[in-house]
Amino acid sequence: MADNFFLPQASLDTLFAALAKDGRRILAPTDRDGRTELNPVDKPADVAKDYLQTILSAKEAAFPKVERLMSFTTGSKSVDLVDAEPHALPTVLFGVRPCEASGFRALDAVFNWDTRDRFFNARMEALAVIGVACTRKDDACFCTSVGGGPGSTAGSDILLTPVDGGFLAEVLTEKGKAMAALAPEAFKADPGLEKKVVDVPVAFDQPGLTRRLKDRFEDGIWVEQSLRCVGCGACAYVCPTCVCFDIVEESDAKGGHRLRTWDSCGGHMFTLHASGHNPRETQAQRWRQRVYHKFSYYPERYDMLGCVGCGKCTRACPVDMNLQEHLAEAAQA
Amino acid sequence: MTDTNIYLPHLMRIAKITEEAPAVKTFRLEFMDAAAAAAFSFETGQFGLYSAFGEGESTFCIASSPTRKGYIECTFREAGRVTAALADKEEGDVVGFRGPYGNRFPIEQWKGKNLVFIAGGIALPPLRSVIWNCLDLRDWFKDITIVYGARSVADLVYKDELKEWEARPDVNLVVTVDPGGDVPGWTGKVGFVPPVVEALNPSPDNTIALVCGPPIMIKLTLPVLAKLGFPPEAIFTTLENRMKCGLGKCGRCNTGSSYVCKDGPVYTLEQLNSLPAEY
Amino acid sequence: MDLREKSRQLLESGDVKAVIGYEQGTMGARRPAFVKKAEKADRLVFDEACAQNLATYLTRPEIRKLGRVAITARPDTLRAILQLMAERQVKEENVLALAGDGTVELASAQAIEEHLATSAKELPARDREILERLSKMDRAQRWAFWQGELSRCVKCYACRNSCPMCYCGHCTMDCNRPQWVPVASHALGNLEYHMVRAMHLAGRCVECGDCGRACPVGIPIHLLTFNCEESVHHQFGQRAGASSKLDYALSTFRPDDKETFIR
Repeated sequence: MADNFFLPQASLDTLFAALAKDGRRILAPTDRDGRTELNPVDKPADVAKDYLQTILSAKEAAFPKVERLMSFTTGSKSVDLVDAEPHALPTVLFGVRPCEASGFRALDAVFNWDTRDRFFNARMEALAVIGVACTRKDDACFCTSVGGGPGSTAGSDILLTPVDGGFLAEVLTEKGKAMAALAPEAFKADPGLEKKVVDVPVAFDQPGLTRRLKDRFEDGIWVEQSLRCVGCGACAYVCPTCVCFDIVEESDAKGGHRLRTWDSCGGHMFTLHASGHNPRETQAQRWRQRVYHKFSYYPERYDMLGCVGCGKCTRACPVDMNLQEHLAEAAQA
Repeated sequence: MTDTNIYLPHLMRIAKITEEAPAVKTFRLEFMDAAAAAAFSFETGQFGLYSAFGEGESTFCIASSPTRKGYIECTFREAGRVTAALADKEEGDVVGFRGPYGNRFPIEQWKGKNLVFIAGGIALPPLRSVIWNCLDLRDWFKDITIVYGARSVADLVYKDELKEWEARPDVNLVVTVDPGGDVPGWTGKVGFVPPVVEALNPSPDNTIALVCGPPIMIKLTLPVLAKLGFPPEAIFTTLENRMKCGLGKCGRCNTGSSYVCKDGPVYTLEQLNSLPAEY
Repeated sequence: MDLREKSRQLLESGDVKAVIGYEQGTMGARRPAFVKKAEKADRLVFDEACAQNLATYLTRPEIRKLGRVAITARPDTLRAILQLMAERQVKEENVLALAGDGTVELASAQAIEEHLATSAKELPARDREILERLSKMDRAQRWAFWQGELSRCVKCYACRNSCPMCYCGHCTMDCNRPQWVPVASHALGNLEYHMVRAMHLAGRCVECGDCGRACPVGIPIHLLTFNCEESVHHQFGQRAGASSKLDYALSTFRPDDKETFIR
């Protein structure tokens, strides 16, 4: 059960200073060149005002767009391997929305089922999340349709909900308590604040969708929905739960590095064999894979969804492939 | 908790290179680290990711039998960036290996059964591991039949081993090449694999069939086996979906909810029939 | 007659197999729509909010195999169609452009060229503002500006995949023998990607700005190709998309080239 406090707006400065003094980097949404993006900040004033969400997702903090898996030097008849150490700075993710905070669980499911991914885990261990509940939404949001909510505490170590003069602070985890303990003077007794968040209506019946997908694989709906899809990776790259990656090498005559980079199931190269055979040759097959991965395979393999309803894909899509709308259509008979 | 780096390969030295066919080579690889060698074991059907450092990794089955200790072998065709770099290697050069990954052929469940191996072209390597494993445990099984086809005589791999199998009284080997792929002096069959299998007419009674080959060969062979009376649970194959991690994480090898790198690469036809045909 | 009625007639008569147009999307957006049946023509809209260059779809395998299609076309789309014709990617007889309010049939390259002659190209206000800022920068400042912008690139290839002129089946970016450009979206990989793309579009960019519009992280990437296009116009006196019979300026030899090194 969470410990609730009142965190006055002015006390945010105290909290930020205490976190910095503890050696932690604070990543928060900023408005830079007209774009809301995660950047390191020093003080609460650097945090974006009135943002809905960042363009890219919070997954960057634990699963960056490029990271080194190892290095090597090559000689005549010899190779030396150099293991890569995860670049895991103690970090506080401030101001992420509940949808994104809950997304780390879906990443963890993939990175740590069966074998453990050291790079992801090192960053997660060094990461603490101070989420901020939503008092605003847009038409792309559908968190409540996928088990989340604008005030959901899942994935946050501390969740702040805006109230008059500051925030209702729910201290949720050991990591949250450790952060609160760095600035005890900032956290005042809760005078019985009401946790008021925006209303996000449920857009479709998700359990029904997941059931419906079982017998909808060969349906023409995937061709129809994906006709306008241009096959770029914008949806996957902005997604807080899209975890698919590529492993590439960059080298010169003396050695090089093996890197992990984000990848997208939307591109035709993703599954292309060296022989030229491609199991997912058409855009319709690739679009179907995206929907099934998140709403059929994830539930089957990990007993959870691979989608948090943040709507980033919908906002990023150059051709308005609106996920919520397409899911609602697919959920129907 | 300190996790190890699951993406770090073992270093292996190329002990021997065999030219099998045009652009097809077999590497015999030995661990450079004695501790890694001692800790290593695998089972037939499993695969690995092989590194040409500077170019990347490529996925092939382990083509040698687990009964042959001290080394592993892989057979590959030069087809992309990594396989081209591997093909440039010489004996004594160092490559990387991650594995073994994936499931295996359940050969202990086949004790007392007949085995029919059906392979096409460069897809003999995964079956070659099983064939030698089963031949090294020959008492376990009844009749062993091998049907192997390639586009041409030159494209047949493991040419010395084919002679060895042909000479064995306890193996029934049928080698065939596609029409037009024969050369003067060729004494084997000429014809595509599916009709050759049909003419051979192996009995489905108490028999396991293993099929590996290019998609078109598999597609045309499966109906033949069905016609001969082989039930789907007695037919095995391996899938070769593209992979980057081999660990069930990178997300590209799945066919339906099944990860080929973890739940496969070995599947029965019964299992495949329950999955979307994305392979 | 309006666009919907026109589309119904075209589909009913079998004159075209599909109408590629726009429909009402979500959050106020217009989005591409593919209408194959006359009774579905009521979905179509065509107004100022229709931004995307639909010519992108003309080279897709799913659309190519349909045969003749109609396409609602703003001037940028018309230019792209002409350029695709010039590059022999689209056949004149396979495209019927619906211009103006969507009822003006342009059935030939010549008709499109004549129609275009009456429309002037104007840059959007945001582009003018950025160009104004860039024009006041020195070389080092411009370098810093683009480095800052390109550092945001995640290599999702929305710019490439939205571009009507990026129709290559196997893009140089996807080529790994040799690996011309790093796959990873780090500083060098991003810079090389966008430089290669801008150069590949020099003399071919119809300046629709769809690459910049598609960019999820808001990089004004279209200004790079616009700039290359301006250079080609300045040097060679021609503009991509002006005619279906243009030669590609950067790969065409002329004995009277003003540069001596090439003669």
